[in-house]
Amino acid sequence: MSALEPDEIHDIDPEAPLDLTGDDRVDSWRGVNIEEVDDGEGGLAGLLRERSRALLGDLLRPHRKAVLAAAAFIALSIVAQLSVPVLIKYGIDDGIPPLLPDGSGTIRPLVIAVLGVGLATVVGAVAFNSFLLLLGRVGQDVVLEIRLRLFAHFQRLSISFHERYTSGRVISRQTSDVEAIADLLGGGLVNVISSVLLMIGIGIALLVLDLELALVTISAFPVLIVMTRWFRNHSERAYRATRDAVALVIVHFVESLGGIQAVHAFRREPRNQEIFDHLDDRYRAANVWSSRLAATFGPGVQFVGRLMTAIVLLYGSYRVLDGHITVGVLAAFLLYLRRFFAPMEELSQFYNLFQAASAALEKLSGILEEAPAVAEPLEPVALVEPHGALRFDGVRFGYRERVVLHHLDLDIPAGQTIALVGATGAGKTTIARLAARFWDPSEGSVTLDGVDLRDLTEETLRRAVVTVTQESFLFTGSVADNIRFGRPGASAAEIEDAARAIGAHEFIAALPDAYDTDVHQKGARLSAGQRQLVSFARAFLADPAVLILDEATSSLDVPSERQVQHALRTLLADRTAIIIAHRLTTVEIADRVIVVDDGRVVEDGAPADLIGGTGRYAALHQAWIDSLA
Amino acid sequence: MRRGGWRQRALVRAFPYLRPHAGRLVVIITTSILSTIAYVALPLIVKVVIDGPVADGDRAGIFRWCALAGGLAFVEMFLAHTRRTRLAMLSTDLETTLRNELYAKMQALDVGFHDRWQSGQLLSRAMTDLAIVRRFIGFGAVFFVLITVQVIGIFGVLATLHLPLTLLTFAAAVPVVVLCGRFEREYHEIVRRLQDQTGDLTTSIEEGAKGVRIIKAFGRRREVFEAYRAECQKIHDTQIDRIKLHTKFVWVLGIIPNLTLTAVLLAGVMAVGSGGLTLGGLVAFVSYVLMLVFPLDMLGWIMALAGEAESAAVRVYEVFDTEPAIQDRPGAIELDEARGAVRFEGVGFAYEGSDKIALRGIDLDVAPGETIAVVGATGSGKTTVATLLTRLYDPTEGRITLDGHDLRDLTVRSLRRHVGFAFEEPTLFSASVRENLLMGNPDATEQEVLEALAVSQARFALDLPWGLDTRIGEQGLSLSGGQRQRLALARAIIGRPRLLVLDDPLSALDVHTEALVQDALRPLLATSTVFLVVHRPSTVALADRAMLLDGGRLVAVGTHTELLAREPRYRAVLSEEAEDLDAVGEMA
Repeated sequence: MSALEPDEIHDIDPEAPLDLTGDDRVDSWRGVNIEEVDDGEGGLAGLLRERSRALLGDLLRPHRKAVLAAAAFIALSIVAQLSVPVLIKYGIDDGIPPLLPDGSGTIRPLVIAVLGVGLATVVGAVAFNSFLLLLGRVGQDVVLEIRLRLFAHFQRLSISFHERYTSGRVISRQTSDVEAIADLLGGGLVNVISSVLLMIGIGIALLVLDLELALVTISAFPVLIVMTRWFRNHSERAYRATRDAVALVIVHFVESLGGIQAVHAFRREPRNQEIFDHLDDRYRAANVWSSRLAATFGPGVQFVGRLMTAIVLLYGSYRVLDGHITVGVLAAFLLYLRRFFAPMEELSQFYNLFQAASAALEKLSGILEEAPAVAEPLEPVALVEPHGALRFDGVRFGYRERVVLHHLDLDIPAGQTIALVGATGAGKTTIARLAARFWDPSEGSVTLDGVDLRDLTEETLRRAVVTVTQESFLFTGSVADNIRFGRPGASAAEIEDAARAIGAHEFIAALPDAYDTDVHQKGARLSAGQRQLVSFARAFLADPAVLILDEATSSLDVPSERQVQHALRTLLADRTAIIIAHRLTTVEIADRVIVVDDGRVVEDGAPADLIGGTGRYAALHQAWIDSLA
Repeated sequence: MRRGGWRQRALVRAFPYLRPHAGRLVVIITTSILSTIAYVALPLIVKVVIDGPVADGDRAGIFRWCALAGGLAFVEMFLAHTRRTRLAMLSTDLETTLRNELYAKMQALDVGFHDRWQSGQLLSRAMTDLAIVRRFIGFGAVFFVLITVQVIGIFGVLATLHLPLTLLTFAAAVPVVVLCGRFEREYHEIVRRLQDQTGDLTTSIEEGAKGVRIIKAFGRRREVFEAYRAECQKIHDTQIDRIKLHTKFVWVLGIIPNLTLTAVLLAGVMAVGSGGLTLGGLVAFVSYVLMLVFPLDMLGWIMALAGEAESAAVRVYEVFDTEPAIQDRPGAIELDEARGAVRFEGVGFAYEGSDKIALRGIDLDVAPGETIAVVGATGSGKTTVATLLTRLYDPTEGRITLDGHDLRDLTVRSLRRHVGFAFEEPTLFSASVRENLLMGNPDATEQEVLEALAVSQARFALDLPWGLDTRIGEQGLSLSGGQRQRLALARAIIGRPRLLVLDDPLSALDVHTEALVQDALRPLLATSTVFLVVHRPSTVALADRAMLLDGGRLVAVGTHTELLAREPRYRAVLSEEAEDLDAVGEMA
């Protein structure tokens, strides 16, 4: 795919929003998806919604004093900066005449002017530096606070939220959105505040120096306002087009390189390249569009500034000739003008930053408003020595529109191991998740030792109930770190014991640095089965009263599974357990089997009793026996 | 910063990318010089007006000069617009070209490379680092030229106005540039630190998001949060260092020019008094001194950017300079037709950077059409065997041949055309089901797609909201593990490749579905040479022979029944019945 020729770029109509969704042929590969969930982008960027304002106010409140001090410093710095042209005027008008051949020869006015400029310089610089430091620190403190609040909040939000709001979005909220705000607070904002204040200051200085000339200068403003409005409208759209385009580039990039094995095995490189080139070209076009807007607006503003300089020079010179003003005033005026129009252009560059940050703030405030579906209790009940008696009492649970559990009554005495059996979608996982309080029932209650799970703090509950799923995510760090996750503070010996108990010690000992081996991300070098064993060791170390195994053995091979089963027999001996497994070998270590179908319990009994009967479990067991033959 | 000659600098290596844009560059530089002239001329016009027409009372003269100033302003706008659009096009084109090439390179790099590099690191090279390089080459370098011209121009004009004052100004400008240069190096270090810390933070964020279920399952919110807080604090502190250093720049750029101005004012006014300088000349001189602040500031910025861009370019070239471990040999053969005879000859393999040998001394002969079950305990090397067959890695010892050709003597593409692959973890992309299925075989007919879906019991795909056009993957409809695995299986078998490598393809299926897939798969397996990595005895039934791996060695080959009978290690790995007997024994 060749890049567009420069002339073709002129064909992109800057009036039309860049079409990033059309072009069926190239885009059909993506397929169709449910309408992308609105992240809250849009609306007039200039207007922060109430919740964003509230968040901003909340974040800034602790820094009130620093912000006020910064305001004082910037005001001082601007006064100092503005005094320089005035002092130069004084130097020219009052300093020169005495020095001319027919003058009095006094250098006093000149010395005053020079000392004044020196003083103004030093004061201005000190004040400006203090302003930068103060506001910079406030900005960083605010960014830190946002990062921490967001992270903590995401961790607090329930599993149902995370299922709806994919991890990709959780990550981009905390990276690109926070960075948009950090960019604004880290650089742009400080410049803009000082520029705008400087502009206002200059306006006042001009009015004081010469009213008529000032009015001529200010007459340029309506033109500038029209230009700014034009630019704002267009750049808002161009900016959004850029964001949309870059998002697609990133998604394709991360996904295709993350799945590089499949890409190579299926020779997908050329197709990927084609898609990438295309997406990248859109991103390029959007960037060019946005740069063209800036390249039109910036020089336009500059032109207005220069034209005003010419007009002021013309009119000012006439006023000098007419004796209304001195040459010094004219010089000061011209010096001020150079600074007067510059902020307008800076403002336009700042606009994108501002827009990004306000859109980001909007999204973040939305997230922070999201209440955890599984909330912490207001009056928590303590559970000193959990025994592990679980009870489902008239539990009903629906997921979106669908009812998953109709009316479940289930009593699991402390120490009992039950296995949940049933087809995919029958509600096994739902039961497991309700028992671990990843979700709350829509009706009825789940109790642990007679206490409603909703009355337990997360800390108490998680100490008592631990879930192992088939998803065996490993965190960056060593194998030991990953096992220690089950019980922070566990000693190396305890970690090794846990690994031995679960049968993971041998393979860990064979790793290059044994327990200190870095697992990389996603546990690159460990097989799925090995990672699963680490997860088991982690759960073993945690030593909970209730253990829930949700398909936890599915990626283990037979020897490992056997090992885990041996370990489970001891591990589960005096503990309540809920096991979900496809493999009947795993099911058979249970004291009790519960067959679930369409959200209802259809069989309940000891495995041996059920096998002897004529029910579904017996049929399932027979099918399994046949498959082994 | 000062390592190596400038030619070795990574950044310099990116400059040839400017070559296709020579025409635009000429336009950019010409317009830059012209607009600098227009810009520099303005204070001179002011001088002429003040010294000439204003002093003489020549109103028409004033008007003429001011009209010239207005005209110049207009010309400058036009020039600036042209320059900036060309510059934007040039730099984005440059960035796009570099990014496309970088992506191509990353795709071409072998799986071993991608094991070592996280996709986040690669992304930051392709997006952030390239944007920095673009900014430097597109803006920094051009501005550098522009500013140099401007600075020389301004000093040239100043020299004609008043030489001693010019020397004074020049003497003041030197420390500005030198000090900025020094701060630039410090700044560069801080920026690097910041980038590293941001990378670490991003990893924590990713783990917090992807591992949220596990964090919750163990109730480790507090611990994870504290670790995160510590990392945020580090970034915060580095940012404060950056701000402090930034204020140093401000000192240099704020104080020195203004103090120079003070000196110029003092000496200038005295010069006017003694007639060495005209009044207009003084005004112009002061304007020029103020005009110098911006270019000097920019010079500091460009130097900072150069440091940043250099380290960004180093990171980009780190990728460009990596040779793919797997690529076509000179004279590699295009294999049009394959029979499917596979031979392992003394094959050994160790993952890069690992002392552990994953496979050693594997010898095996597989006839076309044969199905071999690859059996072994966790970590015995089963998956490694699978990945060697499609050259995701190359053996470190010995060789594997297909129809008598060393796999390394075949072009990678032609080899992979003959190999269908289903991974232990089914990777599906954010694209339509059809796009995902046709990955292996873009020319497959609708009929073949439907057949493959039927065999892998994946006809559910037809009932998705938009049928085969439904988007799946991370950005689309989410599927269960079993559904994904069945689609991945369908993808592997579309087009009936001669060699089929199935790495535990049925692990996530329930017993019932597994039986259905097996029945449908059986006739298909007869026509291809198949390597079937299995964990379950039920799947072994599909194979003609089984190879048993133990600690990376091939310890036994034979039919399932044979091995069950004579090989205790095989029984230990595969027999669930043995397990049951044990269990019953123990319970009794």
